[in-house]
Amino acid sequence: MTSPRPLVAPRVSALPFSGIRRFFDLVANRRDIISLGVGEPDFATPWTVREAAMFSLERGATHYTSNRGEPALRRAIAGYVQRKFSGTWDPEREIVVTVGVSEAIDIALRTILSPGDEVLYHEPCFVSYAPGIVLAGGVPVAVETRVEDDFRLTRAMLERAVTEKTRAILLNFPCNPTGAILNERDVAEIADFVREHDLILVSDEIYAELTYEREHVSFASHPEIRDRLVFLHGMSKAWAMTGFRIGYACAPEEISRNMNKIHQYAIMSAPTTGQRAAKDALENGDGEVAKMKAEYNRRRNFVAASFEEMGLPCRKPAGAFYAFPCVKGFGLSSEEFAMRLLEEEGVAAIPGSAFGPCGEGFLRCSYATAMPQIKEAMARLARFVSRLRRP
Amino acid sequence: MDELLQILKQNARTSLEDLAKMTASTPEAVAKKIAEYEANGVIRGYQALVNEDTLPRDRVDAVIEVRVRPEREGGFDSVARRIAGFREVESVYLMSSGTYDLVLFVSGKTLQDVAGFVARRLSTLDGVLSTATHFMLKTYKLSGVIMEPPPADERLQVSP
Repeated sequence: MTSPRPLVAPRVSALPFSGIRRFFDLVANRRDIISLGVGEPDFATPWTVREAAMFSLERGATHYTSNRGEPALRRAIAGYVQRKFSGTWDPEREIVVTVGVSEAIDIALRTILSPGDEVLYHEPCFVSYAPGIVLAGGVPVAVETRVEDDFRLTRAMLERAVTEKTRAILLNFPCNPTGAILNERDVAEIADFVREHDLILVSDEIYAELTYEREHVSFASHPEIRDRLVFLHGMSKAWAMTGFRIGYACAPEEISRNMNKIHQYAIMSAPTTGQRAAKDALENGDGEVAKMKAEYNRRRNFVAASFEEMGLPCRKPAGAFYAFPCVKGFGLSSEEFAMRLLEEEGVAAIPGSAFGPCGEGFLRCSYATAMPQIKEAMARLARFVSRLRRP
Repeated sequence: MDELLQILKQNARTSLEDLAKMTASTPEAVAKKIAEYEANGVIRGYQALVNEDTLPRDRVDAVIEVRVRPEREGGFDSVARRIAGFREVESVYLMSSGTYDLVLFVSGKTLQDVAGFVARRLSTLDGVLSTATHFMLKTYKLSGVIMEPPPADERLQVSP
């Protein structure tokens, strides 16, 4: 008798579950915890946006849209990215509305990669990057970013990792989980690097609106890489619209047309209600975004000051809504630290190792949580740390 | 608006230490700034936001539109000041409407109380031409706060 054939393709069965998933299972049954483990805003979607979504339902806008997304939304996106990031894309031929940036990353990678192509990406990073590259047939090549450089990515780091097989780079700044941002020089040099090595840059700028000390520098503002840039953005973070599942990809016509092919076969079209809501948010949401950002900034200040008080080294995060303090020096791995913090103090935070091996020794603490909970979580964390320090 | 005022308008009980942490400042600097605001009249007081609907019903609230004759000297201000002096009057605004000039928020123990105040005190004032009283039935939102308690946080407790 022949041995049974595997039910699952080895490429998929070899994929590890996300490190976050393990933690999620532990936390799921507990009601008493304060979670700093949430990667989405605590704010409800601005009322005007929800109202626009309800109105679209009342009007019966419950059908498929064109594959690329509703023309009016694509025009709103083109206007927004021009206004905010000085990027120019044709809404008819160069923009695809996707099911969150997650889908956009997937179809971008599947569009540009051939088997064996290497993709450079930075670590620590969002959990889906390496698996996404593998599923698209590519070879993920992690480039470590370090706390000494404020977790910025520089051209020099990329130069050390590039080979003749490198086809693309995948970036996320402002960065989940480190809160790092790139400055003008970093962006200009990486843009040069991409051009000189004939690469494609996939830039996930989902946190672009959430920078606190200086304006976000977008790769979209570099026309010299326009022919090789896939710019990804969406509504989830700055507009607090995670559940609407709306992202978008702006790319040169040839890439966009081919991305739209995959999108058309796999997805058909992004949710219609979400598209209507997104259009309203892009056109009328600036004020609401500014308000939420001001609130994140207060929490950011509070969290940074709290870490300083308890003596946990933490660079003040420059973007997104995560602090990434260093928890080395207690004789615990970041996973052990996070487990004990959960067990002993009922505070959930994500071990840095979930975002790549070089995240080891750090802890991702989301401040997308209301001030009273943050305050209590910081008090518990301080108590926990001082207990660990006692001989 | 100043960051400190924005936070205090949301929660006036935020401690000096927390205010300092939230604004990347020191408790001393925050205390000094607040003292300045109090001294120059920017901050006029600190009150609890009470949902009266949750308490035993011993109070009625009304909005009253008032037409007044501005005075030759003092314009609307002196009439408004006279009205604002009454204990029953909680707020007074000068409006841009063509049909009335002032809006008052008035409270009393009973409907008769408020009606009596309007009849005896308000409409007999020199300069008051007419009034229209509207009684409030239910509070949905007060000073930016929705009175119904917010739903529990339904987000996944851990997400990427």
